[in-house]
Amino acid sequence: MLKTSTTNVVPEKKVEAKQRQGFRLNANDKYYASIFLGPSLLVLTLFVFYPMLKTLYISLFLTNTLGNTTVFTGLDNYVKLISSPDFLSSMSVTLLYVVAVTVLTVSVGLLLANLASQKLPGIGIFRTLYSVTMGVSVAVAAIFWLFIFNPSTGFFALMSGWLNLPVVNWLTSPTNAMWAVIITTVWMNLGFTFLILLGAIQSVPSTLYEAADVEGASSRYQFFKITIPMISPTLFFVSTITIIGAFKSFGLIDLITKGGPTNATNMLVYRIYKDAFYSGNYAKSSTEAIILTVIIAFFTLIQFKFLEKKVNY
Amino acid sequence: MSTVFLTNVCKQYDSEKNVLNNVTAEIQSGEFFVIVGSSGCGKSTLLRMIAGLISITDGEIKIDDKVVNDLQPKDRNLTMVFQSYALFPFLSVWDNVAFGLKARKNLSQSEIASRVDNALKMVDLEGLKDRKPRELSGGQRQRVALARAVASDAKICLMDEPLSNLDAQLRIKMRQEIYALQRKLGLTLIYVTHDQVEAMTMADHIMVLHDSHVQQIGTPAEIYKKPANEFVASFFGVPPINILPAVKISGKKINVNNDFQMQIKQQVPVDNFKVGIRPNEVMIEAADELEANASIRTIEFLGDEKIVYAQMNNNNIEVAAIVPSDSQFKAFDTIKVSAGDNVLLFDNDGINITKNAEELVNA
Repeated sequence: MLKTSTTNVVPEKKVEAKQRQGFRLNANDKYYASIFLGPSLLVLTLFVFYPMLKTLYISLFLTNTLGNTTVFTGLDNYVKLISSPDFLSSMSVTLLYVVAVTVLTVSVGLLLANLASQKLPGIGIFRTLYSVTMGVSVAVAAIFWLFIFNPSTGFFALMSGWLNLPVVNWLTSPTNAMWAVIITTVWMNLGFTFLILLGAIQSVPSTLYEAADVEGASSRYQFFKITIPMISPTLFFVSTITIIGAFKSFGLIDLITKGGPTNATNMLVYRIYKDAFYSGNYAKSSTEAIILTVIIAFFTLIQFKFLEKKVNY
Repeated sequence: MSTVFLTNVCKQYDSEKNVLNNVTAEIQSGEFFVIVGSSGCGKSTLLRMIAGLISITDGEIKIDDKVVNDLQPKDRNLTMVFQSYALFPFLSVWDNVAFGLKARKNLSQSEIASRVDNALKMVDLEGLKDRKPRELSGGQRQRVALARAVASDAKICLMDEPLSNLDAQLRIKMRQEIYALQRKLGLTLIYVTHDQVEAMTMADHIMVLHDSHVQQIGTPAEIYKKPANEFVASFFGVPPINILPAVKISGKKINVNNDFQMQIKQQVPVDNFKVGIRPNEVMIEAADELEANASIRTIEFLGDEKIVYAQMNNNNIEVAAIVPSDSQFKAFDTIKVSAGDNVLLFDNDGINITKNAEELVNA
């Protein structure tokens, strides 16, 4: 009896002592911690940390066609890239694409979500239709839109035929190709964005609108003064996801334009891929990858800062 | 003047069942009118129909002698306080109160500012006007909702269970504040609650709703002393009135639940009926098993008094009695239950057939 009671007391004291020292781990704790962390650390190291560091390393060298480093050049690769008009145009194309995709995805998604949150007969059908692109794979979407953009048999071509308008060459003109890629990406993004925003709009308490009705606020006023502020955390979330996703776009571009025509849709990620696996210029490609990482990290950071301050209520 | 007249108001969501049936009431200017009923009786629906947030299926709602059936909520010149307070979490206290005024777009900035400041002063929130709702306690949030109603300047105010999210102590305090505010501003206040104590303590008139029908409209005293039926009688009073079956023996002598006999003040036209005895009219005394007609189940101590819950020997009926707190009853004691003659009588449909003093004299 006595023995058990003493053993009961001692660990409690130990715990208190540990808290005072700011959770200093003893050998036993470290053993368990490493068992729990081990698997994910292993996977992360193999597939994230090692490739990242290796990329950074390669970006400081010249490489041969096998990807082996040859001559250490320091920041020379970066200097060359930043002064190359080709790369800069790729940067500006990417930025244009990201901005257009984000603005269109969020605003059209918001519009659809707001429409679909109204209590109307048959609205369930539209809710399903609007979110259906969530289940469409990139390859299917690309094929589908390639058919639509086809200048002789596509839907747009047929439309302009009926309306006696000149046929637009969607994929062969640089400006139009950019729009074609943007439209396809926005269409792909809409399902997810719509669903998340619809959920947010529907979780706004109905008494807020009732109170506003009684006070005499118009529905337009209610949308901008109640709905938008109430869903602002969600709006922010979908914007972040869309921006990061747009920076990383690869599949659609590869399947629809392959970066062309004349590099008009040659986004950063696609350029990285082509430089590495078509041209075999691993050093250049690694440098671009590091720059893209820094850009995305920068946007993420801004967004987190902004999120903390502005959007929380 | 700000009156609300309801005439045969009905609400139907599907063809099978009416949510509300033929609700008729006249709510006078400056009156504290409480709509009370258990949950699901349609009381919130009725309030939302007066506000114009829900359409009415049939009947007529008049505000200030004007039929408002098809008017938008904003055109009915009223204000509403919600159970959840309906505060905007992203706005400060001040902006929450100003929201409705700004939305109307016909008030100057200075007019809005003075009204908001004035309303906040009235509910004692001046010091907290820059806080966000999440930084306020439940009672303070409630006050912001009240300030919003005050600032709107409408003379008719609707409240939907405004106190049910507060703890018991605070509820009593806010009850008094709402009452004082209503008197001070001369509001016509229509107040929905499921709490009979709130109804009794604040109302000028009470409407009792049950099963989508109005059971009774009256002053608190009328409702308590002359309930229209068994439901109203058992809804008001803590602990609730004891309802026991009774049989006429002869004249004014009746047998209650086959357990005891008593004299009542009037003749009863039927042989079988029900008698309602308030717990403070129930008399109990200790008795041995031969004489006893009930046994005690539980006893609740309330300070000055105790509530004794006893089970009658017949029909498994439980009876509550209020006794002085120094009485020595214990659980499982056998007791003899009887009653004073101040009882209510209900026929088998639950309709009150008790004659009042005047009718007794005439009879």
